[in-house]
Amino acid sequence: MIRGVILVIIGAVAAPLLGGLIAGVDRRLTAWLQSRYGPPIWQPFFDVIKLFGKERLVVNGWQVFCAHVYITATMLSVVLFFLQSDLLLILFVQAFGAIFLVIGAFSTTSPYSQVGANRELIQILTYEPLIVLVFVGIYLVTGSFKISEILAQTKPLLVSLPLLYIVLCYALTIKLRKSPFDFSTSHHAHQELVKGFLTEYSGRYLALVEIGHWYEVVLILGLCSLFWATSWIGVLVLVGVTYLCEILIDNIMARMTWQWMLGYVWTMGLAMSFVNLIWLHGR
Amino acid sequence: MDTIKAFIRKSRAKSPWLLHFDCGSCNGCDIEVLACLTPVYDIERFGIINVGNPKHADLLLVTGTVNHRNKKVLANLAEQMPDPKIVVALGSCGLTGGIFREAYNVIGGVDKIIPVDVYVPGCPPKPEAIIDGVVTGLEKFAEKKGDKS
Repeated sequence: MIRGVILVIIGAVAAPLLGGLIAGVDRRLTAWLQSRYGPPIWQPFFDVIKLFGKERLVVNGWQVFCAHVYITATMLSVVLFFLQSDLLLILFVQAFGAIFLVIGAFSTTSPYSQVGANRELIQILTYEPLIVLVFVGIYLVTGSFKISEILAQTKPLLVSLPLLYIVLCYALTIKLRKSPFDFSTSHHAHQELVKGFLTEYSGRYLALVEIGHWYEVVLILGLCSLFWATSWIGVLVLVGVTYLCEILIDNIMARMTWQWMLGYVWTMGLAMSFVNLIWLHGR
Repeated sequence: MDTIKAFIRKSRAKSPWLLHFDCGSCNGCDIEVLACLTPVYDIERFGIINVGNPKHADLLLVTGTVNHRNKKVLANLAEQMPDPKIVVALGSCGLTGGIFREAYNVIGGVDKIIPVDVYVPGCPPKPEAIIDGVVTGLEKFAEKKGDKS
């Protein structure tokens, strides 16, 4: 019981702190790759605290509601992850939050917000089936969707699911909103869509969305860590290398269109998933 | 409560998001503003991001003369920014209208339409001067009223 309470606290409190720190390191490394000095590592926390101190500018009530549902759902999904719950349940709770964020963007009349929300929906459509396929692969290896069962494995999942790990990395890139998949909104550039579907969120609601995003990043990196959960060094190496690759890809790729994303990620993702699943089946 | 307020003040000074509006400038000042974002000057090290969205911005950077066509746009942008916010007028034209001040369509400087906190002179001002003006504005920004906490 006490262990459960501690895990809930870790999930609810430590996860966003970790997520913010990851975002800060990310910005610093990106600056280094662009031969800039870059902001301090704590910069994401300054941004969020500043946003909490701003005036409330609300377009409509739906937006406020959706921002709160989004952060609640993402927090719940991370807490469920730390409680070693069911992978499918975690995915559905996370998808619930993601959809409400899009509904909040659709509830405003701004064309930037509308187009950004459409693109975000297509992104969700792209990565959700792939994550389900990754979970199917995990089920075929471990015989369970429960994280506690997966952690009881003695051999790293990466050995039997190498291609599905790459598929999960596609989902991670989309979820982190990194290039080439940063067309619904982006951390750095405001280009053809100003700030995409986040255009109409402002002040503390933008801060809530940002914290929710940190939860999601921690959740997806947590899913990555399951692939080498047998040792702590393995977890650190796998997650660290994966995230460094994400930053590198972000800096060397251009922004693409949603048509390209849907075609490329589904072809490559589905092909790799099926090859991996068939190989598992025939082994 | 005071510690929270002090923390918010500190965070504000560390994280001003910038909105750049070209109010009929010759683009001389605009090029210098964009030069601040390049690796040579890198204003992101102060936490400054060019957001291009008035609803996310804290700092409005205006270049160029104000005329009868764009005064509404300028006022609208300033109004869409949530408080607290600061306005920095850049260059001779933004300050007074510059060499265009006697033209029939020119109203004058930015402060004829919206209240300005920091004036950065020059034609165009150097990137160093722009960064100095913005950092001066940050002190004012940290102390501004308008937070609801």
